[in-house]
Amino acid sequence: MSRFEDCFAQLKQQGRTALIPYVTAGDPQPHVTVPLMHTMVEAGADVIELGVPFSDPMADGPTIQLACERALVHNTSLNDVLSMVSEFRKTNTKTPVVLMGYLNPIEVMGYEDFAKRAQAAGVDGVLTVDLPPEEGKEVLPLFKQHGLDSIFLLSPTTVDSRLKQVAQLGGGFLYYVSLKGVTGAATLDVNAVAERIRHIRQFSDLPLGVGFGIKDAETAAQVARVADAVVVGSALIKIIEVNVNDTQTIMTKIGATLADMRSAMDKNSSSRHG
Amino acid sequence: MKFSTFDWASMPDASGHFGPYGGRFVAETLMEPIQELEAAYNKLKNDPAFQAEFDRDLKYYVGRPSPLYLAERWSRELGGAKIFLKREDLNHTGAHKVNNTIGQALLAKHMGKTRIIAETGAGQHGVASATIAARLGLECVVYMGSEDIQRQAPNVYRMKLLGARVVPVTSGSKTLKDALNEAMRDWVTNVDNTFYIIGTVAGPHPYPQMVRDFQAVIGREARQQILEQDGKLPDALVAAVGGGSNAIGLFHPFLADEFVKIFGVEAGGHGIETGKHAAPLNAGRPGVLHGNRTYLMEDAHGQIIETHSVSAGLDYPGVGPEHAWLKDIGRVQYVAINDDEAMQGFHNLTRKEGIIPALESSHALAYAAKIAPTMSKDQSIIVSLSGRGDKDINTVARLEGITL
Repeated sequence: MSRFEDCFAQLKQQGRTALIPYVTAGDPQPHVTVPLMHTMVEAGADVIELGVPFSDPMADGPTIQLACERALVHNTSLNDVLSMVSEFRKTNTKTPVVLMGYLNPIEVMGYEDFAKRAQAAGVDGVLTVDLPPEEGKEVLPLFKQHGLDSIFLLSPTTVDSRLKQVAQLGGGFLYYVSLKGVTGAATLDVNAVAERIRHIRQFSDLPLGVGFGIKDAETAAQVARVADAVVVGSALIKIIEVNVNDTQTIMTKIGATLADMRSAMDKNSSSRHG
Repeated sequence: MKFSTFDWASMPDASGHFGPYGGRFVAETLMEPIQELEAAYNKLKNDPAFQAEFDRDLKYYVGRPSPLYLAERWSRELGGAKIFLKREDLNHTGAHKVNNTIGQALLAKHMGKTRIIAETGAGQHGVASATIAARLGLECVVYMGSEDIQRQAPNVYRMKLLGARVVPVTSGSKTLKDALNEAMRDWVTNVDNTFYIIGTVAGPHPYPQMVRDFQAVIGREARQQILEQDGKLPDALVAAVGGGSNAIGLFHPFLADEFVKIFGVEAGGHGIETGKHAAPLNAGRPGVLHGNRTYLMEDAHGQIIETHSVSAGLDYPGVGPEHAWLKDIGRVQYVAINDDEAMQGFHNLTRKEGIIPALESSHALAYAAKIAPTMSKDQSIIVSLSGRGDKDINTVARLEGITL
């Protein structure tokens, strides 16, 4: 079984929803990332989404764009990100790690080279924001061959024919983008999300994560009632943004935010119907 | 591949690829609006009523056909081929950009969109978008790098006068590429009522094809005009290439004329050898940015790097995917002209012909001035004079230490 399968099977048994934090690797400094990953796991993270910095993160909002810029000040490259995952795996062999980023850094490394090295480093999934299934006919099978699940985004406007296609190619979990817009955008309508999730479930048995617009423990708990995973990114990055020079505060506050979300989500786990 | 018999209209293929280039590398959130756009464009592009509406606007609003002007004095002094200028600078709003914004704005109107957004570098595309929005009564938001806002103040004010909101983009390098990122973000957030008018032949399919089709009027007219005035096709075409829309517009109708040499001129900035330029086709390599695969300026790890050019409109790290393909198959030769040479071209045309060219177009003029003397007097060159230089006089003055 893959780490993803283990992780989601165990959560299901416990009647709990996965908590998936996103941070950009190298933000605010490269040496903070691995300790931060461990802190997040201790605070209740079940999967870690690690952003690969890119100069032009077109699908992300200003918060993640700034995180990328901070990471790139230190030249955090895809090489470095893979080293961070290897480092993390020295003491954590259980928590799945997803690399989230854009295609160009992977293209420059070379697809096969990347797949091999990511597998060796202990990466479980790859979410390439600007690689839709249509453009991934050669790349996606290569990832699969090296044990990397392809995580796909689904949007409120994804039509059924594409839902089918994505469900076939995707692995790990499906990531439903809960609103029109970029990461870190406004608010989210939980009822609309619930309805959409019911619809998507007709097409796939993969666990279904929801992200974009989850800012606090309350929203996380509401989303947890209908989804298999809650993804939180910009809310954490904001903490880094205002504490750039204070690693200890970053650790403490991100840990506390995730712990709050975790406990709010677990409180309603008994009322959840999977 | 035989250029004279190749079906150039068959590119891009159905999925938007020019060989390995182009395509649709976008986030899922953009997929639906792009497919909606593609469906609308495919339906309207062969619709005679839509074409008639487009042609009417080009004639009566833009003032087309733009003249093909023989620069007699300048040609004589260079002492070689006759240089013809395709006068896109005489279009309403002062550049070729308006051909495309009219096409896309009409499409927006047919799709029922009430708000248009655009990115702009030199400000010409922003002005052209704001212009057409004013005419059609559409809300208009233009994204512009804060760096470019400094360089192109007159155009910023023109956009405001026309009723557009100009949003400064302060992320990344604060230039055209960042404005494009920001416009994409706006689009994905406001897809229901918003149409994104991309100003060049880049971006996800169908933009490179659609913008080319709207700009190809340049080459179709030029082909007919040179036959009328010179009795034969030209020996060479020269156009500046940033994203490459005026160039592809001029080149496309001549691609099958294999004896016509075609030159795309990139911005050499301080010189290719210095690394401070905006010439991805000369010194970059293929990668994926802004929804398509093309030649890019990037570092060893795939991060897009800052470009340098005296001309804001050429200051872009990518290039239209069709140009990438035309380079690889050898149909078009891509060369570079440095800032200094472009400035020389700017002054030469101004003094010899009484035409103040845009700094973008000055790159093409400078290259034409290089090759004309190597050609004979009965040969001819068509240069795309893509825009007028009024917007650049502050830049030129500053470079020459003059305070206006």
